[in-house]
Amino acid sequence: MLDTELSIQSGMPAPFHAYQLDDAYDEMFSSAGRPRDHYKRLFRRLMELTPEELEERQQAADLSFLHQGITFTVYSDTRGTERIFPYDLLPRIISAAEWDTVERGLIQRITALNLFLHDIYHDAQILRDKVVPFDLVYSSKHYRREMRGLDVPHGIYITVVGTDLIRLPDGQFAVLEDNLRVPSGASYMLANRAVMKRVFPGLFRNYGIRPLDFYGQALLTTMRYLAPPASGDPSIVLLSPGVFNSAYFEHTFLARQMGIPLVEGRDLIVHDARVFMRTTSGLRPVNVIYRRIDDDFIDPLVFRKDSMLGVPGLFSAYRKGNVTLANAAGTGVADDKAIYAYVPAIIRYYLGEDAILPNIDTFLCSDSVQCSYVLDNLDSLVVKAVGESGGYGMLVGPHSTAEQREEFRRQIQANPRNFIAQPTINLSRAPCFLEGQVEARHVDLRPYILYGERVTIVPGGLTRVALRRGSLVVNSSQGGGSKDTWVLHE
Amino acid sequence: MNSSMLSRVADSLYWMSRYLERADHVARQIDVHLTLVPEQATEAARKRRNRLIACLVGEGYPVEAVDSDYDLVHLLTFDEDNSNSIMRCVASARENARQVREQINTQMWEQINQLYLSVQGTSLEWLWQGQPHRFYHSINQDVYRFQGITDSRISRDQGWHFVQLGRYIERSAETADTLNVDFRELYSAALADDAGDQQTYLEWVGLLRGAAAYEAYSKVYMANVQPRFIIEFLLLNPEFPYSVHFGINMVQASLDALGALTDTHKSSRVFRLAGRLRAMLDFGQVDEIMDSGLGSYLLAIQNQSAQIHEAIYQTYINYPIDDKLAA
Repeated sequence: MLDTELSIQSGMPAPFHAYQLDDAYDEMFSSAGRPRDHYKRLFRRLMELTPEELEERQQAADLSFLHQGITFTVYSDTRGTERIFPYDLLPRIISAAEWDTVERGLIQRITALNLFLHDIYHDAQILRDKVVPFDLVYSSKHYRREMRGLDVPHGIYITVVGTDLIRLPDGQFAVLEDNLRVPSGASYMLANRAVMKRVFPGLFRNYGIRPLDFYGQALLTTMRYLAPPASGDPSIVLLSPGVFNSAYFEHTFLARQMGIPLVEGRDLIVHDARVFMRTTSGLRPVNVIYRRIDDDFIDPLVFRKDSMLGVPGLFSAYRKGNVTLANAAGTGVADDKAIYAYVPAIIRYYLGEDAILPNIDTFLCSDSVQCSYVLDNLDSLVVKAVGESGGYGMLVGPHSTAEQREEFRRQIQANPRNFIAQPTINLSRAPCFLEGQVEARHVDLRPYILYGERVTIVPGGLTRVALRRGSLVVNSSQGGGSKDTWVLHE
Repeated sequence: MNSSMLSRVADSLYWMSRYLERADHVARQIDVHLTLVPEQATEAARKRRNRLIACLVGEGYPVEAVDSDYDLVHLLTFDEDNSNSIMRCVASARENARQVREQINTQMWEQINQLYLSVQGTSLEWLWQGQPHRFYHSINQDVYRFQGITDSRISRDQGWHFVQLGRYIERSAETADTLNVDFRELYSAALADDAGDQQTYLEWVGLLRGAAAYEAYSKVYMANVQPRFIIEFLLLNPEFPYSVHFGINMVQASLDALGALTDTHKSSRVFRLAGRLRAMLDFGQVDEIMDSGLGSYLLAIQNQSAQIHEAIYQTYINYPIDDKLAA
């Protein structure tokens, strides 16, 4: 009944009047007025609710984030004002079949990247076989010479990964970025779900949504697996840069979910190549550190000397195998945006398989032919600095000014190794509740992958939304928000 | 199983608790003051204002700058430069709570966060033109709610005891402080006057109310408000939660529990200091105290409390690393 009812409607019903459908893949609609199967119930529900009811729930959700202190502070006068991270009320839904492909693709990719890291820090066979150019690896600013020949527990380098996926216009998921260092956002995924269940319980009924709650425990199990063999019942801590870090909420949230202490560099000391934390009952050993601090800052004796966040001597304890760092040091070389272009080849080299999740076409400015193509097409390409993340160091050609393009041209010519370019991809759009109606906005997806005794992927992940109309940038530093993400049981 | 606690966490829990207790105290004192002044002569009101500033901001504060209750309300509630203003206390409590967010439960955090947001969202003009009592009362209620959540929900582990230490060290210091400042001025005035003077009576009641003690006092002494009874009650009563004696008992109980939880040596200085102060209050007699000078007795209490605070830090928080490595 529902199908015929919907299919006879030619245009879009009331709350969708401003909904934009064009070349971009739409998560909800296959064509105007025709929702995809897994969105039908949400669609029907949206038709029943008045804008006032939706607005009320949006406000309840916002208030809940405010009261939980999931906020950042803006200083407009002497008193700081707390602002919440923008949150959209409407869930993004992924069918079981789609998720199956994503899951297999991610496991494949993570497995290969982990083998790649082990290889380049040991025999570097892949470089000798000229599958990946050796100068690309050794010139990466995240390559850590200090990691050569070091064996990490179970050969696992990338314990926690947050891969950024987008949908191509044909609906296929593709990998935009591998985040292998200190990916963040898992707490927002969990908080979004908790708030959503509170303010919109009716929507969940009978929808068959896969749960996320086990993330904290899975993270703990993964970390325990990585403990140095001699540590018995391991003592695990989360190392945070401290309360001024923008991800501090996430650190406290995850530490609580895992039931482990959150420590700062000043809580730890290294003595005789062993790590201890300063407690009320004296010094207690530490075996595994889930560190949320970049390589550069973990040990001022080895990396940046001016770091106040790290622990002097930590790396020597790590080298001796007395403490595990997760993620391992030096993983950033494998999410370098220039190495990214070689990931399909890396997968083929180690696993003998084709990549399940495709890459986005990538032009390497380190290659002179590709570089001149990039320089000729700055107005249509997206240019990215290879070692950056978070939407920084990026030029979106079609939305750029001539001045910005000139600035990038200068930078690319000065240091071509530092840049790559990709065609501007029209990210898929999903329905969002904005100013009283439902509008389409561009989204991406960051699933979280845990690599321990086995690979665990949380169903879904963090869907980030470019809330500004027409914008393709989903980063929270650039006006992006997020929404709950549902993966269906079937 | 997970019995150890970071020293930094202990430090934050302790100060979170102290700052909340202080915010509660300041709110109650202003509230009492604003309900008393309408019935006071100008000069008495000015003196009272100055005493409040001495107690709640510090003895050295230039009181000339504060020549109205409007100024006083600003100074004690919102002034960013006064580290003991309610706003600063609540912000500091929240900042400490934020640093140990994974250690306190969600309800505690949300309660403290809501208190912070409500103080931040209040302006001086709105408060002054409206109903100040409602605002100050709501701060007291929020703090009680926080303490209620804490008492009913968290395990009696080390964290709990550091929260208790913060609360009761702060509370007894405040009660001792109030007694000290008020008695210095009011007692001599009362001796000069005939006891029973209506203005003085008002002041004594204000003193009791400011220490959250008026109703509890009346149950013990009826409405017979006498200086020596007030001292006996606020200083030596072992059953009243805002008395100095009660506070020190709680401090000692938590120190004992912490000693057991952390295997601290029984002869440690921190236990001796707490035992000594407790004995002084256990055996104190109000007549003797008043004969030999209340001021010096209160000074001794304040000094010993400060020493206990320092000893807690030396034992659990700022200990030298080398001592522990050798062990």
